[in-house]
Amino acid sequence: MLDTRPTDTAHPPEATRPAGNRLATLLHAHPRLRLYGLLSLPLAWMVGVYLVSLALLLVTAFWTTDPFTSKVIPGFTLRNFENILTTPAYLRTAARTVGVALLVTLLCAALALPLGVFMAKVASPRWRNFLAMAITLPLWAGYLVKVFAMRISLGDSGPVNWLLAPYGLSGPGYGLPAVVLTLTYLWFPFMALPVYTALRQIPPNLFDAAADLGAGTWRTLRTVVLPLLMPAMIAGSLFTFSLSLGDFIAAQFVGAKVQMLGTLINQNVNLNPPLAAALSVVPILAVGLYLFAIRRTGALKEL
Amino acid sequence: MKLKRTAAAGLAAALTLAVAGCSDEGSSGFTLDVPDIPAHEALGDPEGQVNIIAWPGFVEDGSNNPDADWVTEFTAETGCKVNRRIGETSDQMVTLMRSGDYDLVSASGDASLRLIAGGDVAPINLDLVPHFGDLVDGMKGQIYDHVNGQAYGVPIGRGANILQFNSADVEAPPTSWNVVWEKDSPYAGKVIAYDSPIYIADAAVYLMHHQPDLGITNPYALDSDQLKAAVDLLKQQNDLVSEYWALYTNNVSSFQSGTSTVGTSWQVILNVLGEGYDGVLPVEGSTGWSDTWMIAAEPKNPNCAYLWMDWATQADINGAISRNFGMAPANSKACEGSPENEAHCETFHATDEDYYSNVWFWTTPIEQCIDGRTDVSCTNYQQWTEAWASVKG
Repeated sequence: MLDTRPTDTAHPPEATRPAGNRLATLLHAHPRLRLYGLLSLPLAWMVGVYLVSLALLLVTAFWTTDPFTSKVIPGFTLRNFENILTTPAYLRTAARTVGVALLVTLLCAALALPLGVFMAKVASPRWRNFLAMAITLPLWAGYLVKVFAMRISLGDSGPVNWLLAPYGLSGPGYGLPAVVLTLTYLWFPFMALPVYTALRQIPPNLFDAAADLGAGTWRTLRTVVLPLLMPAMIAGSLFTFSLSLGDFIAAQFVGAKVQMLGTLINQNVNLNPPLAAALSVVPILAVGLYLFAIRRTGALKEL
Repeated sequence: MKLKRTAAAGLAAALTLAVAGCSDEGSSGFTLDVPDIPAHEALGDPEGQVNIIAWPGFVEDGSNNPDADWVTEFTAETGCKVNRRIGETSDQMVTLMRSGDYDLVSASGDASLRLIAGGDVAPINLDLVPHFGDLVDGMKGQIYDHVNGQAYGVPIGRGANILQFNSADVEAPPTSWNVVWEKDSPYAGKVIAYDSPIYIADAAVYLMHHQPDLGITNPYALDSDQLKAAVDLLKQQNDLVSEYWALYTNNVSSFQSGTSTVGTSWQVILNVLGEGYDGVLPVEGSTGWSDTWMIAAEPKNPNCAYLWMDWATQADINGAISRNFGMAPANSKACEGSPENEAHCETFHATDEDYYSNVWFWTTPIEQCIDGRTDVSCTNYQQWTEAWASVKG
């Protein structure tokens, strides 16, 4: 939280201050003013840019489009939502997208846990630094570069098939598994870093205590480590889940025939903005439901 | 005066062709309800700048490729600075034109009717585009840029959607689209298809030939039964498809990696693939695209806009644009004068009207049937977009 208490050491005595510094004096004397001054810019950003544009988007979902000129006509109709709910293709796509997002989140968590344990508790400091760098390294490369790299890797005559060929196997090729794999690869750092940081903060004596009381590795992991990791996992899963929900580029590059919600929104955003807006309510709802489900478990209190 | 006469002759030719073109397609008397917007009357002093939305490669000042520069000279000659905004899709171009910030757009046929009917673009005063007369006949007076006898666009170039294949992997070079549509295709699982609602027209072109009893006479004028037949064909094709492509780089890498063997493509993609790949305009004909310059209904810089349209239409520049983008130039004189010009036009069949007579250029599907039927209403592009979502599931 923001510290609003005046600090004594940071300011020189009143007498030595130049006359032009009256603003500083004023701010020094009025902590509340200082707080508002500090918060006003980020708040203006949050409300003005983020919330207003979100509200405008939601309002558009109730408007209609002229079918010929694709001009947006303000008004009020629920037809866009009705359209989504009665079109099997839209419903299937929505279900598929939520499924992919959940799967990506589970995969990221399943991979982040052992890696985190190894890095925080087993690896030597040198190994640890190397692995921390290896996790964050993909974040340095551009998003499109990474997706295109996956496209090349998974192609019929790409390196994945080349590596597997001697064992008589072949890679997943383009399609739904490739989309899940690519999104897992893209968002993994967002899960791995919080989990690793949380693991580092677990005091070593908890492990000693667990061992003294006769708990084995699995039991310690299940009853000591996992509960302490929940906040980090939830924070990470919010990233992996919501980022996967909105993605359409991975589907475009490695999805072959896969249609995601983002694909539909992208296709309608210029042609039929109200339908695109209504479609984009689906991921918002999904994230809302996800947050609600987490809240029910009480895990948010520990965040 | 001489220039003026050429333009007038061009206009006359355009009108004749419009009528001829209409009767060819059985749509004589097709009129569209469009807002009445006056054309620019006479050239005045240049405003000093012009704002253009264009496809990549259409408006180049040498910053991407030092060899592609036809903006610098234009600015030097006319004093009009060119501000370019790259358009990524036709839909985006339509949205941008509505913002009112742009004077010109390089509109494809699937955008132009929407712009005309929406009152976003003005008719062209052909007297102010002297080079219009040099354009190849097949590009003048087409329905997607020519409404109620008024020209709305100055053609830039065109291309056909061809059937591309990996020469080594096909038994014999295909001559029909049946390899991408029929269940018993030998290339099942290796067929690439285009990822856009406008691809429904490709199914319609195929049905036009193989199921004449559906009564399709124009792939952009489908009533609801005909649309359903096209969508059923596309759903059947979905089982054969390896990938849908929207970015042309993905088409290239799909063929290179062996993911796809046959499918719809562009000549420019085939050129990138080079040796080992070939393409053909199948017996059924095909869809294609044709781009035109269109001017905003209320342009802030009309004089510079007209100067640009004429500048870009002259043989040298039009040739450079079409070589840079990979399409058939609209100006027939861009096919003369050098072996390079002739070779380019040969590759892209620029003056081969027989070739293009079999090509249905992208046109926005609208409720009014553009094949001239008045007893039914046709499906519009929004319905096509919804149908397309159901094809991909």
